Amino acid sequence: MIPFILCLILFLIGLYGIITQKNLIKIILGLAIMEYSVNLFLIMIGYIDGGTAPIFSEKFHISSYVDPLPQAMILTAIVIGLATTALLLAMAIRLYRKYGSFDIRKINSLKG
Amino acid sequence: MNALIPLYVIVPLASAFIMAILGRLIKNFGKAVLILELLFLTCLTFSFILNSQGTLVYKVGGFPDTGDIPIAIYMVIDGLSKLLLLIISVVGLLTALFSSSYTREYTAERKFYVLFSLMIAGMNGIVISGDIFNIYVFLEIAAISSYILVAFGVEKHQLEASFKYQVLGCLASLMILLAIGFIYWGTGTLNIADISRQLPYSAHFVKFVSILFLVGFGLKAAIFPFHSWLPDAHSSAPSPISAMLSGVLIKAIGIYVLFRIFFSMFALSYQMSVTFTVLGTLSMVIGGLMAIGQWDFKRLLAFHSISQMGYVIVGVGIGMILLTTGGSKTIAAFSIFGGLFHMVNHSVFKGLLFLNAGSVEYATGTRDLRKLGGLAEKMPITASTSMVASFAISGIPPFNGFFSKLIIIVAAVSAQYYWVALFAVIVSIITISSFMKVQKYVFFNTPKRSYKNFRAIPLPMKFSMIIMALLCLLLSMLVLSPIRDIFITPAVDALINTLQYSAAVIG
Repeated sequence: MIPFILCLILFLIGLYGIITQKNLIKIILGLAIMEYSVNLFLIMIGYIDGGTAPIFSEKFHISSYVDPLPQAMILTAIVIGLATTALLLAMAIRLYRKYGSFDIRKINSLKG
Repeated sequence: MNALIPLYVIVPLASAFIMAILGRLIKNFGKAVLILELLFLTCLTFSFILNSQGTLVYKVGGFPDTGDIPIAIYMVIDGLSKLLLLIISVVGLLTALFSSSYTREYTAERKFYVLFSLMIAGMNGIVISGDIFNIYVFLEIAAISSYILVAFGVEKHQLEASFKYQVLGCLASLMILLAIGFIYWGTGTLNIADISRQLPYSAHFVKFVSILFLVGFGLKAAIFPFHSWLPDAHSSAPSPISAMLSGVLIKAIGIYVLFRIFFSMFALSYQMSVTFTVLGTLSMVIGGLMAIGQWDFKRLLAFHSISQMGYVIVGVGIGMILLTTGGSKTIAAFSIFGGLFHMVNHSVFKGLLFLNAGSVEYATGTRDLRKLGGLAEKMPITASTSMVASFAISGIPPFNGFFSKLIIIVAAVSAQYYWVALFAVIVSIITISSFMKVQKYVFFNTPKRSYKNFRAIPLPMKFSMIIMALLCLLLSMLVLSPIRDIFITPAVDALINTLQYSAAVIG
């Protein structure tokens, strides 16, 4: 149970970062932390104590193995997360060039 | 017919890569490929609608089921998917035609078409996917390309809007991924049809996951409490992209998935249907009220998107309530028909309005209502088509918006939700007033100053606006029963017979 609670705490730390921080880079870091916590959660779903890799063959006889499907899902999710984080950082750099600041209080040309 | 289903993803994805490589060498290659691709998809969708009935399933990789456990990734086309595919390909085709002359001013014009094609691939993928994790992957393809397209002009406000959209979009995706994790934990499968059979109907589990999905896809669909990104993103994007985002994207990646999840995957629950209806009514009213004070042409249209999507959700939500409380199934079908009909209509008239705003901006260089005026003589085609679209969105007969709003209101009254009907009528009046303002300030007022650098509108832009205006008129034929039975009734049936989805897919 404790790993799940730690995972929830990680999720909440990321959410706190997104909500309270005023710096674009820190917001992106908050999103990244949240993403890692979700990935960690999915990994833990498939984990079994003492489980091995799910490879079947004649020689090895495996009695308990971890669920490989969440791991495959996580690989996809990590790649997607890489793309979104890279895009967010690229936008942040462009915003810095236009506004001269990472502070979201100064980036406010859209209102209403 | 089943073997043709993967083409919906393969064709746009492959042409995106071909465009990216060969577009360097051949001039105007991207435009031509995009238009041909969408023409092909439109023809394919029409042939699916006319020639096939029921649910079609394609198993990627061809793995056979072991027992009745599905192993392959499923691609499913049923009535609702066909309706969405039709919207995506037709509106996409007309918008692509419009953008073929609109995008000349961009330096990286080639990349515009690559991203457009990727967005089409993502949306088609969501609509035909029968697998919840696949929906997430395609959703990210569509969303990432739309983030880039919003910021395509790399101006100050575009970058800011895109950043805001991205942060909220990433949050939504994480919520969806978390919900998918919980679903897999609870059921051990990712196939929507299998989930609906396996789901342990422990009420707390279903409620928790439902709320995660509602937050995630509600953010993508910009339902009321989650709407704050939409006015910025949709008004800052290049106009053809605004038309795609408002007309198609929020329906394909938000509304459609919500319907699919709450009708086909979970059993309908009374609380969820009431939440749906309340949120729909709130977004209808608040979107309409916030649109009144806007002076930016496209921002005003963006707020109306929130309000009109409210109508769609209200229509379907009332149907959900009637189905769960055991009310009359005929009224439920009628109400859901109204909602889906309004979704089709909204994609056409809101797409047209954004294209109008785009051509006004193209011609005059501004979209501030206070600086415009007197364009009715200078731009007769834009003025007349935008008049048609304004009539359609504010619900004036004989245009399509009138019939769908009337059906939703009649259904709400006959289901005895008088408050909802009253709000729908009031919001309709607010919509009329704000579009009278648009018509007056843009097309009829005397201009404050003469326009410098006035540019005439190229032929492809005029052509796609005229076709969309004709569609606004012709779509009102969908209320007639022979045409309705071809296009919308299969979608209504797919939603109403909630238990048949898993039986039809897994068999």
